Amino acid sequence: MDAYDERELPSAVYTPESQMRTPGRLIRSMWKDLKGSRELAWRLFVRDLSARYRQSLLGVFWSFVPPVITGLVFIILHSKRIVNFGSTDIPYPVFAMVGTLLWQLFTESLNAPLSTVKAAAPILAKINFPREALIVSAFYQMLFSLSIKVVVIIGVLLVFGMKVTPWLIPSLLIMIALILLGMGIGLLLTPVGMLYSDIASILAVGIQFWFFITPVVYPAPTTFPYSLIAFLNPVSPLLTGARDVMTKGAITHTASFLAVTWLTVVLVVGAWVVYRVTLPIIVERMSS
Amino acid sequence: MSDVLVAAEGVHKKFCRSLKRSLWYGMRDMGAELLGLCGPPELRKDEFWAVQGVSFELRRGSTLGLIGHNGAGKTTLLRMLNGLIKPDRGRINVRGRMQALIALGAGFNPLLTGRENIYVNAAVLGIPKAEVDRRFDDIVEFSGINDFIDAPVQSYSSGMTVRLGFAVAAHMNPDILLVDEVLAVGDYGFQSKCYNKIGELKHNGTGIILVSHNMHTISTFADRVMLLSKGRSTLFDYVPDGVRAYTNLFAATGMSDDIEKILSGNGSITFYDVQVAKRVLNPADSFSLSMWYEATTDYRDVDIDTLIYSSTDPWLYFQSTNKAYRRTVDLPEGRHRMQVTIKDIPLNNATAKIVVTIWTKNRTEKLFWWRIPVVFRAADYSTGNNFLQVAYEVN
Repeated sequence: MDAYDERELPSAVYTPESQMRTPGRLIRSMWKDLKGSRELAWRLFVRDLSARYRQSLLGVFWSFVPPVITGLVFIILHSKRIVNFGSTDIPYPVFAMVGTLLWQLFTESLNAPLSTVKAAAPILAKINFPREALIVSAFYQMLFSLSIKVVVIIGVLLVFGMKVTPWLIPSLLIMIALILLGMGIGLLLTPVGMLYSDIASILAVGIQFWFFITPVVYPAPTTFPYSLIAFLNPVSPLLTGARDVMTKGAITHTASFLAVTWLTVVLVVGAWVVYRVTLPIIVERMSS
Repeated sequence: MSDVLVAAEGVHKKFCRSLKRSLWYGMRDMGAELLGLCGPPELRKDEFWAVQGVSFELRRGSTLGLIGHNGAGKTTLLRMLNGLIKPDRGRINVRGRMQALIALGAGFNPLLTGRENIYVNAAVLGIPKAEVDRRFDDIVEFSGINDFIDAPVQSYSSGMTVRLGFAVAAHMNPDILLVDEVLAVGDYGFQSKCYNKIGELKHNGTGIILVSHNMHTISTFADRVMLLSKGRSTLFDYVPDGVRAYTNLFAATGMSDDIEKILSGNGSITFYDVQVAKRVLNPADSFSLSMWYEATTDYRDVDIDTLIYSSTDPWLYFQSTNKAYRRTVDLPEGRHRMQVTIKDIPLNNATAKIVVTIWTKNRTEKLFWWRIPVVFRAADYSTGNNFLQVAYEVN
């Protein structure tokens, strides 16, 4: 008994009051849970990864073959002059291949939060664990996916006779920003997506449409109004930025790049607050 | 320093009957939460109070039994205590590390082995890896599935999954333990192992909230009982009072007056004028069934089965046959009267059904089969509903 009394006991208070009323406490508990969720996030990541590859013969294959095929299609269409995207300042095959790989990275990031939280619904409904762990584990998965894609990108660069320069390292940071942008948007949609299946459908359709208004397989247009694609679409500065830095060691649209980077930071923190605050309400509406 | 671990004051929770509305209310509640507003304190259309004005305190080393009919709000209350969902009114204070034995084996991935899942499950429950390493052998030993620890969990039976889940959860020493009726899946040996573990935790100062429909479990472990009925709670400081109030919930509504006369003879034998002497039995009363039969052939060496089972507790039954009492019964041709008497049924404060079945020799054909609901009144100063021994007689 004495041993218990000496120990500092954690305490919690549950009331109907909105967590937004006590922002100080909210931020402290978010920070505490983020730190407390690292080990769990790692375990969940290892669990999902090993389970995925245990039930799959082709394994990591699925992580890069779809974008490579999309890239090949556009390379063929472009080389046969079936589509004409104008000229690119790096060889078109490299441009398209790197573009589709980065685009895949973004869409995976966009889908990751909702699918991870959905898959965890049974444990969310029954166990109180730091909810941040799910998102952090999804982030680890995206980093894993990124590492595979980087290997493929290096292969593409070498095959088409381009040099792999130290500029690859800053471009990695931009790719991580791209992941965070995708996950931020995905996380913001997650609460509603947990209640209504429409969000998953909107994401599926939206990603297809979004592909065409993003300079993935064509260079960013410079004439108005098409230049808005590069200007208003938050994916454009990061995607083209990563590609430019890696291949040319320079960023073309510095201002919009910086703006989107800041937007990403704000978005991720905001989506995190929304996720955390709304989760008890979602759990309530799920079956136990 | 006070030793109150959980304090609930006037806790309310509402639920919605319609799924479509429930989702829409969920959207509105999320909006209100984000804007820093409180959700509406009153009921909206299709809503009802699942938990209504529950207050209690749980102290160190004490056990609160939580009982009530299905849908009374027990699980909802546990989920609020666990911080999974927010109360709509009232306030809950929790001090100490809480562990909930609600979803055993939650987070298990069916493709991974038992060994890998132990680590995942422990991480979900907030147990650090070093601690699992240290206790790994104990956990495997306790779960009793040593041979399968490297097999994927999808090849486990549901009982094995629960065993492993309990073994992981029970090996951290929480200050507060919530136990929902999860152990029913395990086999008998494992259940008693689990209850021993719970007793050990209680002895070490863990405060326990125990949900069970088994009044024997409640009587054994609980120091106090809270009865939930349609979301409203009543606290009993004296456990037998609470148990009796619980069984009375069913005595009032659970008893059906209809005797099920499923079979009363065949072409060559007919049972008629069947009389049940008493269907409301005081502690010393016998149950007896008297009947006339008319047979056109001799029925030698018949089997007479008697079965008594509680309407509320599926584990509580007594079954026997005249053979067990080394009695041979013949039903000779003609018109005769017979009587089946069951003496000294030590059932207490319960509703039950008595089934009498008569078979031909070697059980090739059923001749008679009646199911009769009866009520056993409570003996004074007794708790629970216990079977000890049943005397059996055929005249």
